[in-house]
Amino acid sequence: MPDDLVDAMVKMREAEAMELAQKMLDAGEDPLQVLERCREALEIVGKQFEAGKYFLPELILSGEMLKRISKIAKPYMRKESDKKTEAKGTVIIGSVKGDIHDIGKDIVVFLLDINGFEVHDLGVDVPAEKFVEAISQIQPAVVGMSALLTTALESMKNTIDAIKNAGLRDRVKIMVGGGAVDEKVRKYADADAYGPDAVAAVNLSKQWVEEKSY
Amino acid sequence: MKERFFEVASDADEKQEQQFDTWLSGKGIPFVNTDAEEAYKDRVMLIKDAIQLKKQPSRIAICPSAGHFPVQYGGISMYDAMYDYDALSQAWKKYCDDFTPDAYNAPTTVVPGSVLDILVFKLCRWPGHGVSEKNGYQYVEKAYMKADEYQDLIDDPTGFFMNTYFPRIFGALKPLQKMPLLPPVNEIPCIPPALFPFGDKEIQAAFSNLAKAGQETVRWRDALRRLNGSIMGMGYPAFSGGFTKAPFDVIGDTLRGTREVMMDMYRHPDELLEACERITPFMIKSGVASCKAAGHIMPFIPLHKGADGFMSDEQFQTFYWPTLRKVIIGLINEGIVPQLLAEGGYNQRLDVISDIPKGKVVWWFDLTDMARAKKTVGRVACIAGNVPLSLLCTATPEDVKAYCKDLIDVAGKDGGFIFSTGAGMQGAKPENVKVMIEFSKDYGIYQ
Repeated sequence: MPDDLVDAMVKMREAEAMELAQKMLDAGEDPLQVLERCREALEIVGKQFEAGKYFLPELILSGEMLKRISKIAKPYMRKESDKKTEAKGTVIIGSVKGDIHDIGKDIVVFLLDINGFEVHDLGVDVPAEKFVEAISQIQPAVVGMSALLTTALESMKNTIDAIKNAGLRDRVKIMVGGGAVDEKVRKYADADAYGPDAVAAVNLSKQWVEEKSY
Repeated sequence: MKERFFEVASDADEKQEQQFDTWLSGKGIPFVNTDAEEAYKDRVMLIKDAIQLKKQPSRIAICPSAGHFPVQYGGISMYDAMYDYDALSQAWKKYCDDFTPDAYNAPTTVVPGSVLDILVFKLCRWPGHGVSEKNGYQYVEKAYMKADEYQDLIDDPTGFFMNTYFPRIFGALKPLQKMPLLPPVNEIPCIPPALFPFGDKEIQAAFSNLAKAGQETVRWRDALRRLNGSIMGMGYPAFSGGFTKAPFDVIGDTLRGTREVMMDMYRHPDELLEACERITPFMIKSGVASCKAAGHIMPFIPLHKGADGFMSDEQFQTFYWPTLRKVIIGLINEGIVPQLLAEGGYNQRLDVISDIPKGKVVWWFDLTDMARAKKTVGRVACIAGNVPLSLLCTATPEDVKAYCKDLIDVAGKDGGFIFSTGAGMQGAKPENVKVMIEFSKDYGIYQ
């Protein structure tokens, strides 16, 4: 039955997945094991997305299934079984000031999350000060900035300038992405890398976190 | 039910010629002199030849999408542009005078701010209302239509918009949720119950706000008409006039929102498809009507959710393309030339979107590979595009020139091409815009 849950989630059979998860929980299965199956399913969905076989509908729907299953699993959870797994690394991310678009950023958050990163999502229209504050408090290895609007490119540059002025630039790697961004923008804003899609954001983060741990 | 909008009508060619004749005539435009009138007609001909694919134009028409660039270039804020129609007009005129693109974009997307104030518009944040005064407006994505309301939309799109959707997106129109549904008003006893709501104080207030908003919109329109007359009068046609959308985007952009519509492909596929079909004739009619009001042949059709990466090819061919194609055919049958702006990349879609009648549309690309577009879509349609915004915003004039040269070499070969940007030019460096237009006008002359 556990593999059936993975299969139902991966094949986007939502009703069946919900029913299976409920049955497993009712049968006394460890809720963490149920959620572990969900994580497995999402990992496969993420891989399919990376391979260009799955797209936004599958990514969003599988995330939604996980959310729903977490919710029904919660009452079954015992405190002591609620142990945290070690995160691969920490990333803070946000859409820069002047831009309230979130879908691209949310996909990056989703993929980082299922790849084991601890992600702090600062949201949208994030002022430079908030990035600076979050960097000094959370001390992430990686900072991600998103912009869909060309008018927000200036604010991307300003944000990185503010990080420089706060003396924090050398402590983080900065990746930029979003509809308005490309390599030229990366250079202009002085980020470390540009990622054309969410998969690139995961690969960059992995690479940087590994580099940092040596 | 009769299947419509599959085939091109036998009189589509004739209707297109009539529409072109009307646009070309420049009737009603206050030309400053006969030279300006000649120049206007020459420019329309460049565009017409590029679209029809019958002969190579004398040169490539240079028609960048201004976006909100003229606002920034004119030294005013977006707030000024949305609230002070004279300031907006001056900025726009300055852009057209200084850069002289072959066809300009009327500032119809710089909507009057006070109208949004009066109606308490909730679908966007605009300068001074949730975004800073110098920024443009931005959409607030939300599920303004719930999943279980598909059937209501399908049963009666007009009623759904009036009684459910408008009350949600316009705070001042909330009372319209009490409006009667109109089709049952067909016999004498049905009249009084249909009229009760109009005696309601709140509904009366909503209509009075609509009247105020209408008056303000007329003031804005008059200012724009004067502006358009002054630009066209110098010999420059507008690049587009009128507006419509792909049915899937209507549902996805501002009714269900991206997240929800993406999940609807799995959760409510039948309702989603039926809703797209149901609003198809509305999108055709509004495209035709808005073109007619603008005295133009090309409605602007920005495409959003069908881009590469958003959905699979199969999903595109199931959910997005069939009704968009119907809108395209429906417009063509009225002699209208759909101007389809494929935002983002469309590299995976090129073969599918080539399934259209020849010489009847403009496929305008943003991040698509123009060499591939030329070889595929370019065989049946005029292609347009695609100087990237990132280049105009951050690169040097030399880089811009190099890109334009390549673009013209690749996409401009043998006609069937309109030179443009990949998107509206807000944020561009003026020197880059200048060199893009000047270089390309000269380099785009066919030998």
